[in-house]
Amino acid sequence: MSLLKVQNLQVRYPRSDGAVVENLSFSIQKGECLGLVGESGSGKTQTAMAIMGLLPTNAKIGGSVLIEQTEILGASTATLNQIRARRIAMVFQDPLSALNPYICIGSQLQRILLEHKFCPPNEAVQRVLAMLTKVGLPDPDRQFRVFPHQLSGGMRQRVMIGAALLGAPDLLIADEPTTALDVTVQAQVLTLLASIREETDAALLLITHDLSVVAGHCDRLLVMDRGRLVEEGKTAKIFASPSSDKMKALLAVAPRIDRNAPTTQAGDDVVLDARDISVGFKERRLGGHKNLHAVRSTDISLRRGETLAIVGESGSGKTSLVRALVGLIPTTGVVSFLGDRLAATVGARTALQHRNLQMIFQDPLASLNPAMRIVNIVAEPLIVHGENTQAQATATAMLARVGISSEYLYRFPHELSGGQAQRVAIARALILKPAVLICDEAVAALDGTVQEEILNLLQAEQAQSGVAIVFITHDLAVVRQLGHRVAVMYMGRLCEVADNDALFSRPRHPYTRALLDAVPVPDPDIQSTHRSLIGEVGSILSPPSGCPFHPRCEHAIVMCSDRLPDFREEPFGSVACHRADELDLGY
Amino acid sequence: MSGNTFFPASFRRSRAVSLSLFILGIIGLISVVGPYLTGNDYLSIDLYNRFSSPAMAAQSYFGTDDLGRDLFSRTLMGVRVTLFVAVIASLVSLFIGVLYGAIAGYLGGKVDAIMMRSVDALYALPFIFLVILLMVVFEQSMVLIFIAIGAINWLDMARIVRGQTISLKQRGFVDAARLIGVSSGGIIWRHITPNLLGIVVVYMTLTIPQAILVESFLSFLGLGIQEPQTSLGSLVNGGVNYMESAPWLMVIPATALALILVCFNYLGDGLRDLVDPKSTT
Repeated sequence: MSLLKVQNLQVRYPRSDGAVVENLSFSIQKGECLGLVGESGSGKTQTAMAIMGLLPTNAKIGGSVLIEQTEILGASTATLNQIRARRIAMVFQDPLSALNPYICIGSQLQRILLEHKFCPPNEAVQRVLAMLTKVGLPDPDRQFRVFPHQLSGGMRQRVMIGAALLGAPDLLIADEPTTALDVTVQAQVLTLLASIREETDAALLLITHDLSVVAGHCDRLLVMDRGRLVEEGKTAKIFASPSSDKMKALLAVAPRIDRNAPTTQAGDDVVLDARDISVGFKERRLGGHKNLHAVRSTDISLRRGETLAIVGESGSGKTSLVRALVGLIPTTGVVSFLGDRLAATVGARTALQHRNLQMIFQDPLASLNPAMRIVNIVAEPLIVHGENTQAQATATAMLARVGISSEYLYRFPHELSGGQAQRVAIARALILKPAVLICDEAVAALDGTVQEEILNLLQAEQAQSGVAIVFITHDLAVVRQLGHRVAVMYMGRLCEVADNDALFSRPRHPYTRALLDAVPVPDPDIQSTHRSLIGEVGSILSPPSGCPFHPRCEHAIVMCSDRLPDFREEPFGSVACHRADELDLGY
Repeated sequence: MSGNTFFPASFRRSRAVSLSLFILGIIGLISVVGPYLTGNDYLSIDLYNRFSSPAMAAQSYFGTDDLGRDLFSRTLMGVRVTLFVAVIASLVSLFIGVLYGAIAGYLGGKVDAIMMRSVDALYALPFIFLVILLMVVFEQSMVLIFIAIGAINWLDMARIVRGQTISLKQRGFVDAARLIGVSSGGIIWRHITPNLLGIVVVYMTLTIPQAILVESFLSFLGLGIQEPQTSLGSLVNGGVNYMESAPWLMVIPATALALILVCFNYLGDGLRDLVDPKSTT
């Protein structure tokens, strides 16, 4: 007898062609972990919302969703309230928007208990504290009175999981629970979900676009593509021999760190050399301000045709570092670029420097002017630099090179998909033939297959034009595929800079090793048994003394909390760790 | 704000907006074509036919006024003048407000602080009194009315545009333009202003009724449009004197005024909701 039975589920919206979910049938057994994978727009979230009875009123829903004997589709609010939280609970992708910002988290959890009468009012506080302890919030007594914005992303997601578990549901639906989280925190949350399943015997429906997340955790897998179920079966079997084209495609492009480094060769001459870069912000507080050091005296150099990947968790200062390099935010330090000194702000730089230093942004749609046509967006750099004649023709040719056909020339950006928009952004950045291209999380917002296409495009352009690339990412699998050299940042400082192969096989900084350990592999056979890194990135407002990583470092000694380690530059990899020489962190 | 299109597709679907547009179009059309159709001059005095009511008058649909002038022609003329004054005054405020707001918002820092504090200071002045003072001191003319009304309305426009500019300049495409080497002027002109258009057009449809009201108010006080020229406000002002004996002299222009105001307000509200789905009222 299955716990949840979905039959011929169909979801349509008026004024849109085709169904969002088409003829979907599956079931979940008690205590099972079912993975639901697919790219964005494949109907995963719509399915989850249908199961929860949360679809908007204008959705046309067909089929049936049974939780044991009760039909959910078309059920009254009273019936749904009986089912929600008790039988089915949900964890959303963005915990910050799912929590009420005006109520402290303890009270929010308490309200769930009282609303559903899960326990007598006098026991509610105790129950909440027990739940917060269970989901691994340190110091639950204090956290009870904390507001959502005061918690880190990982902690918020723990609170959400705690809230979902209060009613001891039979089925927990987790919709992209780790997508917004850093890789080390993602590992922690997945471990938490796994341990909760063991403890409570609840079934889990894990919805994600990330194959590596389901690989190690799910018994069975559903693969969706454009609203249809294209494959279903045991996880191990699907990974070993996928039958559908979609799953084959997803597996083929899933970035993994056990791949090979790029084969192109970097040149020898240094195009960009940044010394002692610091970026500070003033954080305004009541009655004064506090200085926040996003980047602290960091050195970066880049050779012609080279790809330097900068990795780090959110808050590590990687974005601030490159925004300082291109001159969008004020900085101190000396940058020499093509032999000349680079002015600190972009407005003070010469036309030649503008031409040679270009950037691609994380959100491709936001980086294109919504009021301009595609061809004009790409032609604008030429016109600004006085190459008016042929500007449109050159732009058309450039767009063709990045794979945007001529039918798109006179469209507006919002008519493009995310991948196409990023291609246009690349065309605009490369049309001036820059010496250095900076990519800030350029593929983070894109689906797996599109991500792969954009990375290939960048590599092809590099091979053709010899542009040097600084690629910022939090995704180590992307780094492995793209970077000649890799720089690891933590709390505004460089921990380690090394060649790609060296870094992935013999990391020298404990933080690098921890990052590598946390990366999930899209292969159920190689699921690592690594310990996940404890804690989360500290507050940059009050950085720890000595080595910034020492509170989370399992190799820390007394000296680490006293003295900041020097960043020692060595030919085959530089590292900032007191114990770099004695530790062997290699695989 | 979706900001993607100048006029979203749902524009056509909104009934209030299209009905308002339709009525305004009809009013505008009649006010331009009407005088030629009736053949009546809005200035010619006919002392034998004073105060003929709309029911009695053979030649004129709306009756005649205290000097025997055709009220239909005069109302149409009033509509023309009122709309003209309101649209021109709104364009004046639009031009000043958009330029001022976009420059303050984009440059930021000290420039922004000085520019916007001056706006705050101007807000503190009682503008109607200032306008009345202007009208009394200088010779009354239509140009002065444009300037007076524009001077009131551009302050709001500047604030709205500045806020919008500040959120626009944080978008990636402005960063991208700076990296290409586009100058500040080029960014404001090519990248900021076109993206302001949606909100500005919406806001303008909301300032037009304000301008109509101010013009009518000034004319009603006898400070606005002067005889023999007329506007809806001066017509209502003239009609008030004969409110009991010849009520149509006030009721008809006042109805026309109310109809125009209601249509513009509906249009503005409807457009605002379409451009910014979050501002549901």
